[in-house]
Amino acid sequence: MNAPAYNFAYLNEQTKRMIRRAILKAIAVPGYQVPFASREMPMPYGWGTGGVQVTAAVLTPEDTLKVIDQGADDTTNAVSIRKFFVKTAGVATTERTEEASVIQTRHRIPEARLTEDQILVFQVPIPEPLRFLEPRETETRTMHALEEYGVMHVKLYEDIAQYGEIATTYAYPAKVADRYVFDPSPIPKFDNPKLDDCPALQLFGAGREKRIYAVPPYTKVKSLDFEDHPFEVQSWDEPCALCGSRDSFLDEIVMDDQGTRMFVCSDTDFCAGKRGDR
Amino acid sequence: MSAVLKIENLTKSFLLHQQAGARIPVFESLNAEVGAGEAVAVTGPSGRGKSSLLKLVYGTYRANAGAIRVLSGTDWTDVVTAAPRDVIELRRDVIGYVTQFLRVIPRVPAEMVVAEPMMDRGIAEEQALARARMLLERLNIPKRLWHLSPMTFSGGEQQRVNIARGFAAHFPILLLDEPTASLDTENRNRVLELIAEAQGQGSAILAVFHDENERRRACSRSIRLD
Amino acid sequence: MSVLLSAENVSKFYGTRAGCRDVSFELWPGEVLAIVGESGSGKTTLLRCLSGHLPASSGKVRYTMRDGRNVALDEMSEAERRLLMRTDWGFVHQDARDGLRMGVSAGANVGERMMAVGERHYGHIRATATDWLKRVEIPEDRIDDSPWSYSGGMRQRLQIARNLVTSPRLVFMDEPTGGLDVSVQARLLDLIRGLVKRLDLAAIVVTHDLAVARLLSSRMMVMQQGQVIEQGLTDQILEDPQAPYTQLLVSSVLQV
Repeated sequence: MNAPAYNFAYLNEQTKRMIRRAILKAIAVPGYQVPFASREMPMPYGWGTGGVQVTAAVLTPEDTLKVIDQGADDTTNAVSIRKFFVKTAGVATTERTEEASVIQTRHRIPEARLTEDQILVFQVPIPEPLRFLEPRETETRTMHALEEYGVMHVKLYEDIAQYGEIATTYAYPAKVADRYVFDPSPIPKFDNPKLDDCPALQLFGAGREKRIYAVPPYTKVKSLDFEDHPFEVQSWDEPCALCGSRDSFLDEIVMDDQGTRMFVCSDTDFCAGKRGDR
Repeated sequence: MSAVLKIENLTKSFLLHQQAGARIPVFESLNAEVGAGEAVAVTGPSGRGKSSLLKLVYGTYRANAGAIRVLSGTDWTDVVTAAPRDVIELRRDVIGYVTQFLRVIPRVPAEMVVAEPMMDRGIAEEQALARARMLLERLNIPKRLWHLSPMTFSGGEQQRVNIARGFAAHFPILLLDEPTASLDTENRNRVLELIAEAQGQGSAILAVFHDENERRRACSRSIRLD
Repeated sequence: MSVLLSAENVSKFYGTRAGCRDVSFELWPGEVLAIVGESGSGKTTLLRCLSGHLPASSGKVRYTMRDGRNVALDEMSEAERRLLMRTDWGFVHQDARDGLRMGVSAGANVGERMMAVGERHYGHIRATATDWLKRVEIPEDRIDDSPWSYSGGMRQRLQIARNLVTSPRLVFMDEPTGGLDVSVQARLLDLIRGLVKRLDLAAIVVTHDLAVARLLSSRMMVMQQGQVIEQGLTDQILEDPQAPYTQLLVSSVLQV
């Protein structure tokens, strides 16, 4: 099925080497945003062009690829990216987290604990956590260099002042290896604890913003908070309506025009596994 | 009486660049001394620099030549050549200056205006305010005005607030520029009492009085500018 | 006590044109120095050189740190200079929008410097911000409002609170009352004067308004064409100006 018209995984070898160099640097300096020469990809910005380039650069013919979007393997974005790599790299694919060696994700971290043999690739829309308060790129770079992260708490302060609690629920800023504050991409803050001390290599690619950053295996990732308003993850009053899980991230689904709702696991593979249905 | 203020060969003139460089001489090579506990009047026809002399001693006017030596503790300081911050220090601790004109600062209450020079020296607010109120009472400022800014006070009231401020802290050297002008007899007497008290506490006083009687009452000798 | 900030022959050239030339002076703790002159005289350029916002072409600006070290600005690391700017120094801009974070609430504006130096207790930050708003006469219930909803005078007072929350020892002010109504100006000046006195702040105030200089400062420098043509005590400059330009300045605007 490998189309000979394409080089393996779409990008040419020179480009992949360039991206790998950026990835190596990102691993060497955990949490630091490494600029890279992001290429035009055959999909629009916002569809995961950064993640796709990182995946293309790390993929080998022996890899098994899993792609999820909001935790699900069967949504449009996940399906198209999976098909893209099937067509251009001919790699095996899977929906099962434990079988995958490379997982590209948009907005979630799988519920199953990852292993040292896996690489998790995040699609990142806005890599700069300081952007909310500081529009100048030159200034945010200086702030990172000098570890001037006080303004990050201004955002959290605003949350508490306005809502009585830290209302940021996704893209929740965290500090990597006690040094760089980073944006873990729009994952729910429910997933932030999974970033910490994770056995798998976590890579982040932002195509439009041309940045790559990384959290190497077993790296400390600490979510920002206040002493009197400590970091907390979301919780639900009811279990998953399908599998009964009480410790996974749930999506609220509206069932009909009467407003009937149900809560189900956002990680479809995890949910199926719980139900013994795969 | 040992001198605490020595004026030596003091020369002052004004050069007015805006008026074709006109030079207006005030006085030349003036010499004078004032001792501790002594009250000396500055006399002479108007326009001969009586007020200017006080302003020179206070450092507001700059001398063309000569020296104005002031005893500060055990050291002599020449106001003419002193650095600005030394002059500021002299004004806080050594030289007091009382005119009939209060520089009103909006929103600062009268009692605080009076207490300020004491607090600048580190005297506790309560203590400073207690003395301020005593002085305001002596100068017949109605109690209901003490908490108000002198902004809206009458001219006479403002003048008396300023006098209270001038006498609030003890100064080894006091410069008085017509302190009693336009006051009624009773308040005039109160001010003369305050001058006598300061003198009794050892202040050297250099004063300009419009009224000859008052000058005689307050001062033992005079420096005449012609 | 030692000199807080000193300038030694500070010059700034834009090409061949001098923004300011050979400026030297010393500022001691608790002193308020006014820099006056008409627009284009170089006073804002000088202020920016003194406050580390603009590198001087030649000359030195030295500052005595809280630990007693006397350091030249251009020999400090950038990290040290920036830390100084948000702890021991304040900068009050003429346009409050340049000095405030307009996108966040008033409380966050005041709290930012505290968070920047490591304060991580929300309750404490909130209480301190509330206290500072009161001190600059902003009603407590405006704490969560955006500075966009504030009047010009309130914004300026907010900017002052935001600067003073870390108890700086030196505040730079660039035309702090410029562009405000006269009545609003008076209140602001009075507030600044009170704070400076109570907190024993040193300040360098750039203004073209001699009344502002008279009310706030104990010392003055007069600038013309980039040079300091006269300096001394504020009452000396205003009552016995020596230089022709100063005499012109005083005689043409002063009605006090």
